[in-house]
Amino acid sequence: MEKPLNNRAWLMVAPVLVLVLFSALLPMMTVVNYSVQDSLGQNQFFWNGDAWFRDLLNPSTEIGARFSDALLRNLSFSLVTLALEVPLGIAIALCLPRGGWAVGPLLVIIALPMLIPWNVIGTMWQIFSRADIGLFGAALTGLGLHYNVTQNAISAWCTIVVIDVWHWTPLIILLTYAGLRAIPDAYYQAARIDAASRWATFINIELPKLQKVLVIAILLRFMQTFMIYTEPFVVTGGGPGSATTFLSIDLVKIALGQVDLGPAAAMSLVYNLITLTICWIFFTIMTQLDRRRYA
Amino acid sequence: MALHPINHVWEQGRAYALLGPSGCGKTTLLNIISGLIFPSQGRVLFDGKDVTQLPTEQRNIAQVFQFPVIYDTMTVGENLAFPLKNRRMERAAIKARVAEIADLLDLTNDLSRRARALTVEAKQKVSLGRGLVRADVAAMLFDEPLTVIDPALKWHLRSKLKAVHRALDLLMIYVTHDQVEALTFADEVVVMKDGRVLQVASPAQLFERPEHTFVGYFIGSPGMNLIAAKVSDHVAHVSGHDIELGARYPKIKNGDAVIGFRPDFASLAPEGGIPVQVRRIEDLGRRRLARVALGPHEIFANVPEGVSIGGGTAGLSIQQDRLFVYVDDELVLGDRR
Repeated sequence: MEKPLNNRAWLMVAPVLVLVLFSALLPMMTVVNYSVQDSLGQNQFFWNGDAWFRDLLNPSTEIGARFSDALLRNLSFSLVTLALEVPLGIAIALCLPRGGWAVGPLLVIIALPMLIPWNVIGTMWQIFSRADIGLFGAALTGLGLHYNVTQNAISAWCTIVVIDVWHWTPLIILLTYAGLRAIPDAYYQAARIDAASRWATFINIELPKLQKVLVIAILLRFMQTFMIYTEPFVVTGGGPGSATTFLSIDLVKIALGQVDLGPAAAMSLVYNLITLTICWIFFTIMTQLDRRRYA
Repeated sequence: MALHPINHVWEQGRAYALLGPSGCGKTTLLNIISGLIFPSQGRVLFDGKDVTQLPTEQRNIAQVFQFPVIYDTMTVGENLAFPLKNRRMERAAIKARVAEIADLLDLTNDLSRRARALTVEAKQKVSLGRGLVRADVAAMLFDEPLTVIDPALKWHLRSKLKAVHRALDLLMIYVTHDQVEALTFADEVVVMKDGRVLQVASPAQLFERPEHTFVGYFIGSPGMNLIAAKVSDHVAHVSGHDIELGARYPKIKNGDAVIGFRPDFASLAPEGGIPVQVRRIEDLGRRRLARVALGPHEIFANVPEGVSIGGGTAGLSIQQDRLFVYVDDELVLGDRR
């Protein structure tokens, strides 16, 4: 069927385009503008070409080293949290009852951590993890562990990871649970008739049917962990040393602490591009899965 | 879902159909047999052994569902081998059995294909095959297995089922709400309604001698003519006319009853018999069917070949040995003289 062509339709989308212009495009372009200029203060700028970008991507420069270190921290943080949250979330979702009165209250309780604002989470855990008065910190110290968020890099890292797992595993649980509920009973009945073990049922029925929902969960969790800011900012302040200085924290230090607008702008653009590229890869995987399913 | 007490022996090697409208308890009964749900009362015996409390896995039951259930990640061959693998059968034996069943179902060429990529019909054949590979199944249960199949292919799959039944000497129980499916598939049909078994009989018996008004109405197209009547001894009074019943019914309280006869056993003539008003005559190709009125009652009847009905009034005659009397929907037997 031939679709009618009507250019007046553009008028209909114009308001959205204007909105996007002000909300995303203009701020973005100021950042692009900063990234190719240098300033000596007094609001005087001069052209600097791609020098900031070359510095940034060259690990032998000071800023390049900071960037690559922080990027590595971000990637490993995302990998570690995903590796913990996804299996844990699936495991808990599988243990939840399939129906009955308990489901509602259980889901609400599970979802509670997600409803707490980031800042509050950070503050809560900052106190919680203190070795002198915090329940978590004091308990670990009491067990004879060398636990100190402000001095020990491993303690700081583990704490940030634990916070994220505590805060966001519920998202995986809820998505997985919804995915599991969407599997028709007949599949489970057929598995019983075929005498499939619990593990075989999981591998051959549940996991394939969860594929799509898990890709979405992983994408969401990746984006959020890759952009992590508030928790390390509040709990560790990026330390000890620069052990938990993630990209966003470093970015704020450069842009607002040192007021190096040019390097900060270049860094945020590259940061943004990395996030976009990874999202694009996920999106491609998702659409490919769809195509295979309906082929 | 509530079921009324059912006492029935399902015999090895026979094909049964559970027939009834949606929500009549067919699937519930099937799931009780397969152990997917447990009855609050009653027992299920396999070869005299009580299996009521045994889980599905230990019952040697195969079941095919309304929608094809296949394991997405596996090939067709792996799908077919899955139930045997889970029961720890030897590799070589599995391979031989899978090849045999694939051959029976025309799936041999698809064995190495991903099951996900198949058509719905082929997927349903795979589901069926997963039941059939187990040589020792006590019964093969089907829960409306042809619902999602294209009408043009239904016939093909149904004849495949019949062929499988002949080849493997299995007890098959087939749930359906489609009378054509039930009557063509089964040796014996169990007609159910509202959780109650109304009649268990061969397709021919269901047609010729319905034991319940619902059976008469549900089976056949159009169904049985059912008319409220006052029965006194051997005569039924219907809106001022007397219909000879061919048997004595002395025990009917107040004479309140329903008389029933199939259109196929009632014929119309220009005159003679019971006078009725002709409403309409439909030519169905193989036969002509008349819709006539007897007082307020509408009746379907055959118009024999060579008879021409002008309209207005005509005479209806009913074969007496195919005229039944029902009280409270149940068949009442009279004393034949």
